[in-house]
Amino acid sequence: MPQPNSPRPNNSQPNSPQPNSPHTKSPYRPRSPGHPTRRIHLAAHFPGVNSTTVWSDPRSGSQIDFDSFEHLARTAERGRFDFFFLAEGQRLREHHGRIFELDVAGRPDALTVLAALAAITDRIGLAATATATYNEPYELARKIASLDHLSAGRAAWNVVTSPDAWTGENFRRGGFLPREERYERAIEFVEAARTLWDSWAPDAHVADAEGGVFAAPGAGRFDYHGRHFAIDGRFTVPRGPQGRPVLIQAGDSTDGREFGAAHADVIFSRHGEYEAGRAFYADMKGRAARHGRSPDELKILPAVTAVIGATAEQAQEKAAWIRRQQVSPQNAIQFLEQVWGRDLSDLDPDGPLPDFDPITDGTSIARGRVRTGGDPLELARSWRELAAAKGGLSLREVVIEVAARQTFIGTAEHVADRMEVHVRDGASDGFILVPHLTPTGLDEFVDQVVPILQERGVFRSEYEGTTLREHLHLPAPRPAGTHRTDVAV
Amino acid sequence: MTTGHLHLGVALDGAGRHPAAWRSPHARPAELFDPRYWVELARTAERGLLDFVRLDDSLGSPSTRIPGRLDAVSVAARLAPATGSIGLIPTATTTHTEPFHVSTSIATLDHVSRGRAGWWPQPSRTAAEARHFGRKPVASAGELSDEQAEFVDVVGRLWDSWEDDAIIRDVATSRFLDRKKLHYVDFEGTYFDVRGPSITPRPPQGRPVIAITVDGPDTLEIAARFADVLFVDASGPDEARRLRERAHAIAEGNGRDPGELRVLAEITVYLAATDSDARRERGLLDARSDVPVPNGLSFTGTPEALADRLAGWYVGGAVDGFTLIPGVLPYDLDRIVEDLVPILRERGLARAAYTADTLRGHLGLPLPANRYART
Ligand SMILES: Cc1cc2nc3c(=O)[nH]c(=O)nc-3n(C[C@H](O)[C@H](O)[C@H](O)COP(=O)(O)O)c2cc1C
Repeated sequence: MPQPNSPRPNNSQPNSPQPNSPHTKSPYRPRSPGHPTRRIHLAAHFPGVNSTTVWSDPRSGSQIDFDSFEHLARTAERGRFDFFFLAEGQRLREHHGRIFELDVAGRPDALTVLAALAAITDRIGLAATATATYNEPYELARKIASLDHLSAGRAAWNVVTSPDAWTGENFRRGGFLPREERYERAIEFVEAARTLWDSWAPDAHVADAEGGVFAAPGAGRFDYHGRHFAIDGRFTVPRGPQGRPVLIQAGDSTDGREFGAAHADVIFSRHGEYEAGRAFYADMKGRAARHGRSPDELKILPAVTAVIGATAEQAQEKAAWIRRQQVSPQNAIQFLEQVWGRDLSDLDPDGPLPDFDPITDGTSIARGRVRTGGDPLELARSWRELAAAKGGLSLREVVIEVAARQTFIGTAEHVADRMEVHVRDGASDGFILVPHLTPTGLDEFVDQVVPILQERGVFRSEYEGTTLREHLHLPAPRPAGTHRTDVAV
Repeated sequence: MTTGHLHLGVALDGAGRHPAAWRSPHARPAELFDPRYWVELARTAERGLLDFVRLDDSLGSPSTRIPGRLDAVSVAARLAPATGSIGLIPTATTTHTEPFHVSTSIATLDHVSRGRAGWWPQPSRTAAEARHFGRKPVASAGELSDEQAEFVDVVGRLWDSWEDDAIIRDVATSRFLDRKKLHYVDFEGTYFDVRGPSITPRPPQGRPVIAITVDGPDTLEIAARFADVLFVDASGPDEARRLRERAHAIAEGNGRDPGELRVLAEITVYLAATDSDARRERGLLDARSDVPVPNGLSFTGTPEALADRLAGWYVGGAVDGFTLIPGVLPYDLDRIVEDLVPILRERGLARAAYTADTLRGHLGLPLPANRYART
């Protein structure tokens, strides 16, 4: 199901003119002098468990068979992507207190799938989302370090937090954490994980059979004491090929941004649009600088989608078709129920929006979504305005308008142009592509857009390094505790 | 006995079971964290048409002299696409971990291996492991076993929490799932409560194979209730036969078909072409070790003599098969595959080709019924 969102100003509605629209002439001529070439980073997001992923299409394959993961990972590697990304959610979504049936559901454990993908890929980075709330540093850091060894230096961890007791019902420790403390725990978690990853010096695995020394004395010894973790002992995984696996962060609140700016290598952002992207980018690079980091040490990669057509018109038609597939009549009703806070199953999806107002008692009938937000009355008002302004849109048409998350629509040339502009103008350092089809959803992009980016010299034609850190042009990790004030900002 | 073949698995851990194994000229101690090493071992075992490889693990330092080890479930997953038939049984521990995470990671191993996953649940007994988590002190052996039993129980429920046909993709009603085929497990135990359902669809084997080490009455009870495979450490065939009979009786008392238990004895093996070579190599290892060699049944000698020994136990009905623990890797694994298995095959005790492509298939175990399915 799509997620209701805060009302957006009219000029950011998907179908109104904006920098991404194929009807707007690009203000930018790609190789104008005076702009140093900025390299684009690309990542592939396996289709998620929400309505962005279209399962009703006859081409839609299994979301759980290993074949699907293999296809998408190989496609992304063929396209020389930086990394392949898996999200997570530790409880099945619910609507009205019952399991939500309309969207794709059912995912594997991310780290386990990535360890398997390490066997059938050579270069592409492998990024797993894992919550800092329902894990413990020793176990998770060990799994991630193991993945780094098993993939010869391609592991990344996307740190998320899960503040809700509802998800906690699946775990021993339950919903123990007050919302305000989730980033405090996440920061300590990351510090503890880095302590563990640093606990073996690079040359501590000696393996000197003659001398009888397997590991340097004290290899693996660690001690971390914070408010959330008090642990010590011996870590059993030697330092991995990357030194430290790559750290990705995806929270958006002030606390989340501060956490990411201080600790992450990559920010997974939701700000894929040009203006919002530039604002977010400037904000994050500024925060990183205030933490004494070079802006290049923090890569900003928003989630985006790309719809490619032979002509601009075809691309628009295809995009509209995808939006309709993403919002079935039933999905539209359930989307509205999230905002109206009540059962609307009697409504006709092809009829108008309800003429009564939402219930605003603050309870949510939908659970397990990354974000719901906005004042329901305000949303209802803005949607009614939208319906009227567009000549009387039906309920379903309104949901299609407001729920769509399409970033780039046009010919392959156009999509490449826009990506280049976004990166040139500081709206991002690259993109995490979210396809709408499993597992073939990136085939066209890799076959048609990637060659153009490569031709223009803004995206690699071959992998230059072997580790994910190298693909991302990240500096080698500093040992724990090193001050960062020596970095030029 | 469901087949004329004895079931044979091999334990892969570090450079082998002997504390000085890593110092043997046959060992490759610099490669223990390199995936190519593990792939080579697993492919060797698969060439021997073994039922499974078992991957030891713990959340502390290994008991061998090597203070490092990769996460076993991750190694097993890395091996899955690199092999085609052999079963993969990693440890995932039950004391400081979350049943929900373990259920999804083993289910995922089953998905990525297309039905070749097993799970060897083990408690974390040491104070050192407890300090790695800092959540609770070491518990008594009894509590650790109780918790292990709850853990195994709830993981099995989570695997069943999606019926096989829960994904309907019904375009007419716009429903991807049929929620009637998904089940809250609502487990309330002494050690944890788990609501469910799993986030991972039911794995290809329904429930991956559960293998439990029997090292006393508590674990015998747990294994007979929940395990498909029982790893027993018996000093001889009579003890093994008694354990097997007890396990069958307990299983029956719990409404299980005893024919669905596979009791495998563990034997550490040090092999060579002649008896004296084997004893000399073993002596060299012992001399190089600064710690005692771990307890447990071991065999030092020729593949022929080992084949006689295994056949004796098996034909006498003491066990359903064995987990062989190479004293030195890859050396003793090579001897098992190149020398021992052909002898067993000649005697009709080992398969000539894989006849199944799942671990349950190799073990002659049926697909388990889903406890939540109504029809
Ligand atoms: C682009 C993006 C992707 C995210 N992916 C996940 C995910 O896969 N799993 C998850 O549990 N949370 C995910 N989150 C949620 C965040 O990690 C975070 O918990 C949430 O945004 C609340 O934190 P905040 O208040 O700082 O935004 C994602 C957030 C963003 C912005």
